[in-house]
Amino acid sequence: MIEVFLPIFTLARPLAKTIVIMKTLVFSVLATVGLAASLLPLRAADDIVIGEFASLTGGNASFGQSSHKGTQLAVDEINAAGGLLGKKIKLITEDDQSTAGQPATIVQKFINQDKVVAVLGEVASSKSLEAAPICQQNKIPMISPASTNPKVTEVGDYIFRVCFIDSFQGTVMAKFAQSKGWKRVAVLTDVKQDYSVGLAKFFVEGFKKNGGEIVKEQSYSSGDRDFKAQLTSMKSLKPEAIFLPGYYTEVSLIAKQAKLLGLKCPLLGGDGWVGDSLLKVAGNSLDGSFFSCHFSAQDKSPVVQGFVEKFKAKNGALPDDMAALGYDSAMILAEAIKKADTTDGDKLREAIAATKDHPGITGKITLDKDRNAEKPATILTIANGAYKFEQSVAP
Amino acid sequence: MADKIILFLQQLINGLAQGSIYALIALGYTMVFGVLRFINFAHGDVYMLGAFAGFYIGPRMLHLFGDKPGYGVLVSMLLVTMILCALIGVLIEWLCYRPLRDRPKLTVLITAIGVSLFLENGGQFLFGADPKSFPEILTDSYLSLPESWGRISELGIQLSAAISMLVTVILLFGLRHIVLHTKMGMAMRALSFNPVAASLMGINNSVVIAFTFGLGSALAGAAGILTSIQQPSIDPLMGVNAGLKAFVAAVLGGIGNLPGAALGGILIGVIETMVVGYVSPTYRDAIVFGVLILILLVKPTGLLGASEQEKV
Repeated sequence: MIEVFLPIFTLARPLAKTIVIMKTLVFSVLATVGLAASLLPLRAADDIVIGEFASLTGGNASFGQSSHKGTQLAVDEINAAGGLLGKKIKLITEDDQSTAGQPATIVQKFINQDKVVAVLGEVASSKSLEAAPICQQNKIPMISPASTNPKVTEVGDYIFRVCFIDSFQGTVMAKFAQSKGWKRVAVLTDVKQDYSVGLAKFFVEGFKKNGGEIVKEQSYSSGDRDFKAQLTSMKSLKPEAIFLPGYYTEVSLIAKQAKLLGLKCPLLGGDGWVGDSLLKVAGNSLDGSFFSCHFSAQDKSPVVQGFVEKFKAKNGALPDDMAALGYDSAMILAEAIKKADTTDGDKLREAIAATKDHPGITGKITLDKDRNAEKPATILTIANGAYKFEQSVAP
Repeated sequence: MADKIILFLQQLINGLAQGSIYALIALGYTMVFGVLRFINFAHGDVYMLGAFAGFYIGPRMLHLFGDKPGYGVLVSMLLVTMILCALIGVLIEWLCYRPLRDRPKLTVLITAIGVSLFLENGGQFLFGADPKSFPEILTDSYLSLPESWGRISELGIQLSAAISMLVTVILLFGLRHIVLHTKMGMAMRALSFNPVAASLMGINNSVVIAFTFGLGSALAGAAGILTSIQQPSIDPLMGVNAGLKAFVAAVLGGIGNLPGAALGGILIGVIETMVVGYVSPTYRDAIVFGVLILILLVKPTGLLGASEQEKV
């Protein structure tokens, strides 16, 4: 059968040369056009350009897709209401594929090619940390929707975030564990993620300070699928709970394997658990677990319910934390542009820094002197494979 | 002391389960290298396609069996997925590598990287980038020995891991039979020995190469299913890591050598688990690759590989 098709390739060979010549021609024409396009200011001058980078594909795609939908919703809303300073907002979104190295390239492109006035992104702290120094150097304000690692805003005075930081989140979870009466806790960290390492550090500090004991600190790397080795050695120490400051991708598998191995203790985590596929994969394995996050769609306040409604109408699904934070980051930027009455980097920076009591979806947001958001954390629990509101913890 | 021994044995079991998956994938690398002398970098992605084939076929297959998970569903899913992946493997060879048969090996190698990237990114486009939950085709449980056996009853294994080890052993013996006792197997061996002489003896090299790709891809597909019943979260990039480890396993065992690939796979699985359990997960890959370098320094052909004179 296969031989029958071989003549096709024999026939194709003389053609190949012609194709190569044609390709070269097409490419050179394209290259010339591209060059010309980058030299000429083709963009309409009456747009405010904002760059957004997110993990739309790859391991953290749930995060990126969500935060992007939230950001887009905010921008659409602002434009529908007439835009800012009499101009429309143009949001340019680029995908960093959840890959290290990409954010730097993308942000360079935003600043040099697209001439953005501000940058929004990322959820993952490692990615934000790559982009932040470039924004700082070029004096372009950057607002991260959900990077909770303290180092992100320490890069410089042009870097902001609209979420709480890991020292707060870690301490909240440590206190929560102690309020439940647990004394012996094991920790399983994702060493490839700055977020996870940072959160684990603050949890351990907070937990030990009040007399708790960390029986075992174990780790894994993003992308791992088998955690039996770590869980086996934890099981022999019989911890009362396991703190799991990772991302949903691995957490769901860890939960599943822990349950099978007979580890019955509850799992604790942070906002990295928030992802569409967490419960789909983990099923009932996460029942009785707790994690801190930014917002709950079950919140009855009119601000939240209004957002949930709009989001559902547009995307056909309930928004999660990342969507809410994406929305808040774009709204805070928009408000600052309005207040500054200009898109000039320096003045815009000052306006963002002055944000106070912004009525965000994820709570009342005030940016402190370290450019971090001061706001409450929400602790959710999981019962019968569904999220349930547990409590809200103010800073 | 008893605690330590039990922990060690438990980690060994975990390592063997993980290693059997690597072994299945490594066989495909080594077989293709045997007949074509090039590394098919897209092989890890065929493993991913196997898992996704299971993801889409699973619910329908479950329906056929009256929505009851069980061995029947698993076996029929393995068969269907293996056939599908074999076809995919043959198709990849036919579309991408066959036209380059007479070109320098480097061209084919780079094409293989291209095919791999195409499958990974095409997969993200087609299936979506976020992890998918693999359908439950087998009710998983944890097997352990009866408690009356004393301390040793603390040892246990995931049912799905036990099954996948068993299936791996069956597939290995099946493969051995094909390679050693069938005409096609003889042709494969002849081709890997000397392609020109083989074709002079009336062997149709193209058919044998296509068959080899099909066989290797079928094993990768099976590995995709077996891994998914143990860790039911699949994504289009799952083949990258597994493929790399399996490739290392094939080189470790002696690339081109079938028992070597199986041995290498199991070794990598066990070393990985031991490093994670006793040293630190951070150094896992460093130590695995360090072992590879050490073994290649002492025995450049790999553990079971025979030295071969490079024809100039």
